[in-house]
Amino acid sequence: MIGALRRRRAARRWEPRADAPAWRVMLVTIAAVAVAALVVTWVFVAYGVAPGEAWATIVRRTLLEPRGLSETVRKAIPLLLAGIGLLLAFRARFWNIGAEGQILAGAIGATAVALFTELPGPLVVPAMFLAGMLAGAAWGAVPALLKARMGVNEIITTLMFNYIALYLVRWLINGPWKARSATGFSYSERFPAEAVLPTLGATRLHWPTLAIALVLVAVVALLLARSRFGFEVEVLGRSPEAARYAGIDAGRVTLLLAALAAGAAGLAGVGEVAGIHRRLVEPTQLSLGYGYAAILVALLARGKALAVVPAALFLGFVFAAGDVMRVSLRLPSQLPDVVTGLVLLLVVASEPLTRGRWVRRDPAEAATAPAAEAPVAPPAAATAGAPAGGAAHASPDGEG
Amino acid sequence: MNPEEPLQPRLSLRGIEKRYPGVRALAGVDLDVMPGQVHAVLGENGAGKSTLMHVVYGLVAPDEGSMTWEGEPLRLRSPREAIARGIGLVAQHFHLVERHTVAENLALGFPDAPFWRPTRSLLPRLQAAAERYGLALDPGAQVRDLSPGERQRVEIVKALMQGARLLVLDEPTSVLTPAEVDALFAVLRRFVAEGSSVVFVSHKLAEVEVLADVVTVLRRGAVVGRRSAADGLDRRDLARLMVGRDLAAAVADRGRARAAAIAAGPVRLRLTDVRVDAPGRAQGPALNVASLEVRGGEIVGIAGVAGNGQSELVAVVAGLRAPSAGTVEVDGREPGSGRRRRGARSQVDAGVALVPEDRTKVGVVGDLSVARNLALRHAHRRPFARGMWIDWQAVGRVSQSAVEAYDIATPSTGTPARLLSGGNVQKVILARELDRDPGVVVAVHPTYGLDVAATSQTHERLLAAAGRGAAVLLVSEDLDEVLSLSDRVAVLSGGRVVATMAAADADPEALGLAMAGVSA
Repeated sequence: MIGALRRRRAARRWEPRADAPAWRVMLVTIAAVAVAALVVTWVFVAYGVAPGEAWATIVRRTLLEPRGLSETVRKAIPLLLAGIGLLLAFRARFWNIGAEGQILAGAIGATAVALFTELPGPLVVPAMFLAGMLAGAAWGAVPALLKARMGVNEIITTLMFNYIALYLVRWLINGPWKARSATGFSYSERFPAEAVLPTLGATRLHWPTLAIALVLVAVVALLLARSRFGFEVEVLGRSPEAARYAGIDAGRVTLLLAALAAGAAGLAGVGEVAGIHRRLVEPTQLSLGYGYAAILVALLARGKALAVVPAALFLGFVFAAGDVMRVSLRLPSQLPDVVTGLVLLLVVASEPLTRGRWVRRDPAEAATAPAAEAPVAPPAAATAGAPAGGAAHASPDGEG
Repeated sequence: MNPEEPLQPRLSLRGIEKRYPGVRALAGVDLDVMPGQVHAVLGENGAGKSTLMHVVYGLVAPDEGSMTWEGEPLRLRSPREAIARGIGLVAQHFHLVERHTVAENLALGFPDAPFWRPTRSLLPRLQAAAERYGLALDPGAQVRDLSPGERQRVEIVKALMQGARLLVLDEPTSVLTPAEVDALFAVLRRFVAEGSSVVFVSHKLAEVEVLADVVTVLRRGAVVGRRSAADGLDRRDLARLMVGRDLAAAVADRGRARAAAIAAGPVRLRLTDVRVDAPGRAQGPALNVASLEVRGGEIVGIAGVAGNGQSELVAVVAGLRAPSAGTVEVDGREPGSGRRRRGARSQVDAGVALVPEDRTKVGVVGDLSVARNLALRHAHRRPFARGMWIDWQAVGRVSQSAVEAYDIATPSTGTPARLLSGGNVQKVILARELDRDPGVVVAVHPTYGLDVAATSQTHERLLAAAGRGAAVLLVSEDLDEVLSLSDRVAVLSGGRVVATMAAADADPEALGLAMAGVSA
């Protein structure tokens, strides 16, 4: 009642729309990224770098040269894996901020298999992926259990678990798993040859992880669009009360999807140690903040599983561009973080623009208008009614 | 109170009219509140009492009619204006900040409180108001630690400190213990003894009888009677006015004709010694039903004032919560009992349908399409489920035919449910719940807020479900609806079934008294 009164005073009101058209979402997202690019250009100028030349160098070294392009794609791999997991979690409003820790947990699992088991050669790599996935899933399942059983806020627990994982890795490489040869820096022993992933030609692109990531994106898209589990996730994310009424076991669904999300992040950790470093290394080198950047990937994809691919490639480009800025343009190494921060800020801030518009109030409705339904959380909101992924046309929703 | 003084009404209402889409909430209400008087407004839930009070407090603008305040025309655009005139409201649901102290909450009610240490200047005033009316309050206590009675005291003190000369209390005793009720009445008596006025909204006859100087009875938004304490208040008379006896006769014929058929039907829903404990407070269980049976083809109406165990009863039958003790049997078996209990899903599989109270938040998922909402509770079963996958084509086919069969007005089955009108949302729910011949149907306030056409269609659907052999449990605050649809009526009060009667023989007086917690 008091709310109704307050609304009456406003001459214009924000009207949430039935659905956000895809072109509008795309346009707003591109505009947000463009504004970020503009600010970065200004940073170039402030550092005395000619912006035109800087951008040309960045584009050449990250997209046009084969080696640069491979670096962009390589950095997109962990973002793909962690991002698709987070997208799934966010659809059910499980705010997992812990992909970074789950990546590290996956790396620990893979290292354990690589260094301390006696498996026949061809089985080592699959066992590493399996162990990494399970380790990541276990790492993510603990906060999910706490949330499901005791209502503990998952944002805090998943975030704190990142630090536990970070120090766990540090302890391992400084303690029990420390390489005999390590003097200055700490790291584990080098993986045996059968525990190292093949790469594409002379690049560092560990393609098996990329293949797994792409398959996983397709699987999640299919799950969300076609499976009972996907439907339950969708209902739970939009209305927990209706989910209970529909007989959906919120605890079970949350646990399952949190484990899936964390398992995907764990796979990313396997790729990093087995494909790039070939040993367990200092956690801040192992993952360059991929777990946090993956949050941005999931947000950029706005609830659509397949959109994770371009979103991850874009952030892979940002990471690769960061290297170029540092090495070729001699800009501070913190600049890529500034760029991701800017993009995150702008994307989140522009979210409402996709969802509604200001309309003049009709005074007659002021007294009786029911409260507008609170918009759903960011990732899921953009797709009102339509399932994520490519199978949309096959569902009855697509017919209207 | 000085009878010699020529009395001008403190507040006077003339022809107050308020319409909502499909509902005439207030139909030309007149009301005079005198100084030094407790004026009770009596009526069932949905009679328009709360709307009327919101008009008086400036929360709702009436469509027609006029108000005067101490002889001057009164037009309220906001509660702030009402407060400025001296009108205070103690709402049914308190508007307090749980994590703030009493004093801080009071300071929020005073826009002129200083920015720094806003509570300090209030303390003397708080002390004065508290002493004057015998309202003991600890200003430093956190509101979340207070009992409902103490919270109410905070609201009253707030209104008094704002200088209220007319205090409107909306169902003030619903959250109070008997001792707290006595204390409240003492405060109110002291307040009117100073020449102030009280409007006391209630449906509890006993309290009205004790406290009121004048009683105005509302039914369906209109004043149906007015009684004065000076002429003596009679409980039975008030109960009859409140409930209305005109429709009882119409129900009788249909009821007697069906009674025989039902008696032969099997018991499809049986509750035995079901108890639901209220969380936290030790005020006894929220629901305590020794035995309740509904036979196939029978409609049992649950009458009673909201908050007397209805929502717990519904939750237990529909599987939304497990009873603390006792058994709920459907067709002689407990669905998913013990460790295999899977909440609402077990009940759905056992054939329990639920038309929930909150249509838009629980009954449908607003962002999802009509088709998906039609599959909401059955997506795990055939024909929708194929192993772990959902056959969206089957969903499309079934929903298309449901839209036609239930005459759901929607642009397409792909339209998000939240774009539908209330009546059509209810049709979606009815289609989903009733279309698969459930054994037990629980319908909660099924026509609340619906227009006439949607109401009668809903009634027909429920009667048809019973006609196909379902056991129907109808929970409604609309006594007319309960009486006209039900074969039997069970009255819930304090979580217990205090009376059961055949609807055809139901005596509105006895019903009204039972609902009001008076043992007849």
